Amino acid sequence: MKMKTLAAMALAGAVASGPAVADLVIPDLSYRTGPYAAGGTPFSDGYQDYFNLLNARDGGIGGEPVRIVECETGYNTEKGVECYESTKGEGALIYQPLSTGITYQLIPKATADEIPIHTMGYGRTSAANGEVFNWVFNYPANYWDAASVAVNYLLDENGGDLNGKTIALVYHNSAYGKEPIRTLESLAEMHGFELSQLAVDHPGQEQKSQWLQIRRERPDYVLMWGWGVMNQVAVQEAANIGFPMENFIGNWWAGAEHDVTPAGDAANGYKSLNMNRVIDYPVLADIQSMVHDAGNAAGDGSHMGSVLYVRGMYAAMLAAEAIAKAQEIHGVADVTPAMVRDGMEALEITDARMGELGMEGIGPEFSVSCADHGGAGQGLVQQWNAADSTWVPLTDFISPDDAVIAPLVAEDSAAFAAESGITPGCL
Amino acid sequence: MLYREAGDFKTSYEADNQTFPIAFDRYRYWVVLAVAFLVIPFMINDYWANAIFVPFLIYAIAAIGLNILTGYCGQVSLGTGGFMAVGAYACYKLMTAFPDTSIVIHIVLAGGITAAVGTAFGLPSLRIKGFYLAVATLAAQFFLVWLFNKVSWFYNYSASGQINAPERFVAGFAVTGPNTAPAAQYLICLVFLTLCALIARNLTRGTIGRSWMAIRDMDIAAEIIGVNPLKAKLTAFAVSSFFIGISGALFFAVYLGAVEVGEAFGIQKSFLVLFMIIIGGLGSIFGSLAGAAFLILFPVAWKVLAVDLLGWPTDLVVHQQFMLIGALIMFFLIKEPHGLAQLWRLAKEKLRLWPFPY
Amino acid sequence: MSADFLYGIEVIINGLMAGVLYALVALGFVLIFKASGIFNYAQGVMALFAALTLVGIMEGQVPFAHLLNAIFGTDIHHFGWEVPALLAIFLTVLVMVAFAWAVQHFVFRHLVGQEPIILFMATIGLAYFLEGVGDLMWGSDIKTIALGLPQGGSFWVEDMTASLGGDDFYGFFIDKLDMVATVVAIVLVISLIAFAQYTKQGRAMRAVADDHQAALSVGISLNYIWVLVWSLAGIVAMVAGIMWGAKSGVQFSLSLIALKALPVLMLGGFTSIPGAIVGGLIIGVGEKLFEYTIGAPFLGGATENWFAYMLALIFLVFRPQGLFGERIIERV
Repeated sequence: MKMKTLAAMALAGAVASGPAVADLVIPDLSYRTGPYAAGGTPFSDGYQDYFNLLNARDGGIGGEPVRIVECETGYNTEKGVECYESTKGEGALIYQPLSTGITYQLIPKATADEIPIHTMGYGRTSAANGEVFNWVFNYPANYWDAASVAVNYLLDENGGDLNGKTIALVYHNSAYGKEPIRTLESLAEMHGFELSQLAVDHPGQEQKSQWLQIRRERPDYVLMWGWGVMNQVAVQEAANIGFPMENFIGNWWAGAEHDVTPAGDAANGYKSLNMNRVIDYPVLADIQSMVHDAGNAAGDGSHMGSVLYVRGMYAAMLAAEAIAKAQEIHGVADVTPAMVRDGMEALEITDARMGELGMEGIGPEFSVSCADHGGAGQGLVQQWNAADSTWVPLTDFISPDDAVIAPLVAEDSAAFAAESGITPGCL
Repeated sequence: MLYREAGDFKTSYEADNQTFPIAFDRYRYWVVLAVAFLVIPFMINDYWANAIFVPFLIYAIAAIGLNILTGYCGQVSLGTGGFMAVGAYACYKLMTAFPDTSIVIHIVLAGGITAAVGTAFGLPSLRIKGFYLAVATLAAQFFLVWLFNKVSWFYNYSASGQINAPERFVAGFAVTGPNTAPAAQYLICLVFLTLCALIARNLTRGTIGRSWMAIRDMDIAAEIIGVNPLKAKLTAFAVSSFFIGISGALFFAVYLGAVEVGEAFGIQKSFLVLFMIIIGGLGSIFGSLAGAAFLILFPVAWKVLAVDLLGWPTDLVVHQQFMLIGALIMFFLIKEPHGLAQLWRLAKEKLRLWPFPY
Repeated sequence: MSADFLYGIEVIINGLMAGVLYALVALGFVLIFKASGIFNYAQGVMALFAALTLVGIMEGQVPFAHLLNAIFGTDIHHFGWEVPALLAIFLTVLVMVAFAWAVQHFVFRHLVGQEPIILFMATIGLAYFLEGVGDLMWGSDIKTIALGLPQGGSFWVEDMTASLGGDDFYGFFIDKLDMVATVVAIVLVISLIAFAQYTKQGRAMRAVADDHQAALSVGISLNYIWVLVWSLAGIVAMVAGIMWGAKSGVQFSLSLIALKALPVLMLGGFTSIPGAIVGGLIIGVGEKLFEYTIGAPFLGGATENWFAYMLALIFLVFRPQGLFGERIIERV
C-alpha cells in the first residue's frame, strides 16, 4: 500500500511541478459524466468555446492568451474539492464551480486562498452581500430573485392580482430545491396567493403521488425547482394529468432542451425562467467559423446554441469582461486572482457592450459593487415550442422584488458572518 | 532472508500473542508509523491533504467500522452513509451548541451518538439475516437522510440547508475551517485512524471479537456453544457505528467543512465503503486500509496519468475509470476472492520461505 | 361517495400500477438469484445498458463514437440509417444474450462455489464496468425512446368514472403507459412461467434452481442454464428499461431503479417470481397510500423512498425470508 502511495506521489509530483506559463488560467470544473451529464456538457462546451474564440480572434484577453484547465467533477463534491486543489496551483483566476455542493466547499477555501468564485444563478444566495462574501459573486441573478421573477411574471399575467390563486411548488427535496420556499412564503403573504409545497425525493423518477395531488388540488400555477431526471419526469407527468403546460413554469435549471425533448409534443407550451436570452447571436457564427471549423470545439460541437451552451458562453463572457476590467484597473495584462476580483467588483455590463461582443440582449444590464455582488437579479420567461424544438423568449428581463429579497439576503449573510466570525466590510 | 520467525524467541505469553510475531513486521510497522507521523506532515501540501490523505484516512476509519460489522460479525450493512450522516450532524450540533469544548470531545461524542442510533437500527438483525438484512439497513440509510433533510433543527434552521463547520482548534492549531494547515488536517485524522485501528485490532482478537466471528461463521452453532447472539450482534453494531460516526464527523468537520446530507451521505457512500472492505478483504484491519487506499488512489492516479500526462478528454477518462475499476474488481475476485488482504497474507507466506521455497 | 375516499382509491390504483413497474425490475433479480444464488446488483445498470443499446441501434448511432473520435481525430457519430423498432428490439436481445454469455464465460464461470457476498461483489464490479461501457458506447446524452408507446392519462377512464363522485371529483386518473406496462408485465410473467413449466430448458432451469449438484448429475449443463437465466434477466431488464425510459428518457439515472426494486425483493422473497409481483404491488400501494394519508399532509412529503424500506422491514420482522421466500432451514 505504501509503495502505491509513493508511486502515485511521484507521479503527481512530476505533474504538479510542470511548466508554469504566463497565461490566464481558467479552470473549468465540468461534469460530462454521471447523472447530470446532459446539463453539464453543453454548459462546459459553451464556456470553453468562448475562451477559445477569444484566443483565436483576439489572441486572448488584453493580448494575454487564455489557458483552460478542464477538470471533471461528475457533480460530486469530493471530486470537486480534488479538482479545486489540483487546479488552484496553476494560477487559476476564477472558479465557476457549477454545483451548489461544490460552491459551499469552495466559499471558505477560496476566500482563504483569495481566489474569486462566480456562481451564476446557483450556489449560496446570500453571497449577493459582497461585504460578507468578499470573494464570491453570484450575478446576474440568484434563486430568490428567480422565485420573485416568477411571481412577478404571474402578477403581470393576472393584471397585478394573485389574490385567491393557488401556486404549487414542486421541488427537489434538497437544499437546492428548498431555496425558493422562504421567498415564496413572504410573497404569498404579500400578494395573497396560496402556496402549496410538494417535495420530490432524489432522484425523482417516480412522481406519481405528487402529480396526483396536483390533479386533485388543481392549483392555478405550478412552479418547479427541479434537477436531473426529475425535470423530464415532471414534464411528462404534468402532460399526463393534462395540466395546462402554459401554467407550468420551471426555474432556470429546469428549462433546457433535454428537459423537454423526452416528453415529445406533450411538452409543448411548458415555460421556464432563464437568465440569458437564447436567440441566434452573431457571436455563435464566429465560434462556428473560428473555433468549430478549426477543429477546436470543446466536446462534439453538437450543443451549439442550446440553452445551457449559451449560458456557459454567457458565463465565459462575464469572466472575460471581468478580467479585461481587472487589466484596465491595474494596468497589467498578466493579472492575478486578487486583481480579477477587483475587476469583478467593478464590472459593468451594458447593452452597448453586449452588442459589441455580438451577443446583444443576452443578459440584463447590471453593475457590481462591493455591497452588491448579486447584479440586477432579472430573469425572463421562455416557452418551449415542440414543433420547432426551440425555446422562445416570451418576455423581456423581469425585475425581482428587491424589497422582499434584500432583507432575506441581509439576514442570511449576517447569520453566516456571525457563525464564521467575519466582520462585514469591503476589501 | 530477513522475514522469518527463526531466531526470534518468545519468552512470555504476551510476546507470543503479539500482533506482529515476526520481528521484521514489527520494525516495518514502527517505520510506517514514524513516516506517517514524523515525515509526511512536513511534506504535505493542500493538494495531497485534500485530494488523497485526508479522504483516505477518513474512509479507512469508516471501512474499519464496517469491517467489524460485516467482516467480523457477518452482518452485511448498507446503512453506512446514513450512520456517517448521524456522526456529521451530531458533531455539527455539538460544535455549535458547545463552542468552548474541544472538538476532539465532540468527535468522540458524535461517535457515541452514532453508536446508539446504529444499535437501534441493528435490532432487526436478530431476526433478519443475510441479504435481507442488507436491504433492511437501507431503510436506515434512506430514513436518516430524509430526516436530516426535513427537520431543520438539525441544520440550525439555516436558509441553505447546508451545515458549515466553524473554526475549531486543537492545541492552538486550527483543525476545522478554511485556515486549517494541511498538516493539522492530516494529523488529526491520522491520530483518530491510529487509535481506531488499535482499538479495532485489540477488540477483534479478544473475547468479544471471537464471539463476533463465531456469530459470523454460524450463528446457531455459536448460540449453542454459549455465545449470546443478542449481545454479540448489538455490540458489533455499536462498535461499528461508533467508528463510522467518527469518520462521518471528521468527513464533515475536517475534510469538507460544509455538507448537504443527500449529496454527501447518500446511498453511494454506503456502497463505496462496502466496496472498500470487500476489495480490501473482509475481516482484516489491513484490508480496510488497503481497500480505502485503492478506491481513493486509483481514480486520482488514473486521472493524473490520463488527463494530465496524456491529455485525453476528461469524460472519456472517467468512463474508462469506471470500466477499469469494474474490471479490476472482477479480476481480483477471480484471482483472489478474499481481497487485497489475502494477497498480502500470501505474499508474507511466500516471503518466509524466500529465497528457498520447497 | 366522498371525494377523499375516491381519491384514496385512485391512489391505490396508481400504486398498483407503480408496483407493476417495480416488479418488472425485481423480476430480473429473482431470475438470477433463484438459479445461481447471485444477488445481481448490476440489474439496474443492465436496464440502462439495454435501453441505451436499443435507442442507439434505432437511431443508427456509431458505438464508441466519442472514443474513436478522440483516438483517430475523426468526426463520426451516426451511420445515417434508422432501424425499425422491432428489428432494433431483436438486435438488442441479441446483444443482451451476448452479454450474458460474456458474463458467464469471463466472470461467473470462475466464481462457482464462492460465498454469496463474493458473487455479490463481482456483480458490483460488473455494474461499474457496464456503466462505463454504456456511457462510452452511446454517450451520456438523454435519449428518447421512439417506440410509439402511448402516454398520458386515459380520458375514457376519466369520463367513465367522473360521475362516481361530486363536483370536486374529476374521475380516476390512469396513465396509458402504466396500462401498457401492466399488460406487458402480465405477458412477461405468464410466458416466463410457461417457459419454466413446459419447456425442456425451463425444466432444466428449475432443476438447477432446486439443486445444482443433482441437476449436474442428471446431465444438465450448468453453464448453459446460467447463460440462459442471464439472458432472460437481460431481456427483462430491457423491458424495464423501455418502460421507465419512456417516462424519463434514457439516461444515467435509469440505473437507480434498482433501488426501487430492493424493498420489493425483500418483501416478496429473493426466490419467488410471484413474490416479486405481489411484493411490487404491496410496496407500490403502501408507499403511495402512506404518502397520500400521512406523508404529504403531516410529514412534509417525499416519504416514499424510505417508507418502502420500512414497510418491507416490518414485514421481514414477521417473516424473515420474505412473503414467498423459501423457508430458511438452519442446521448445525
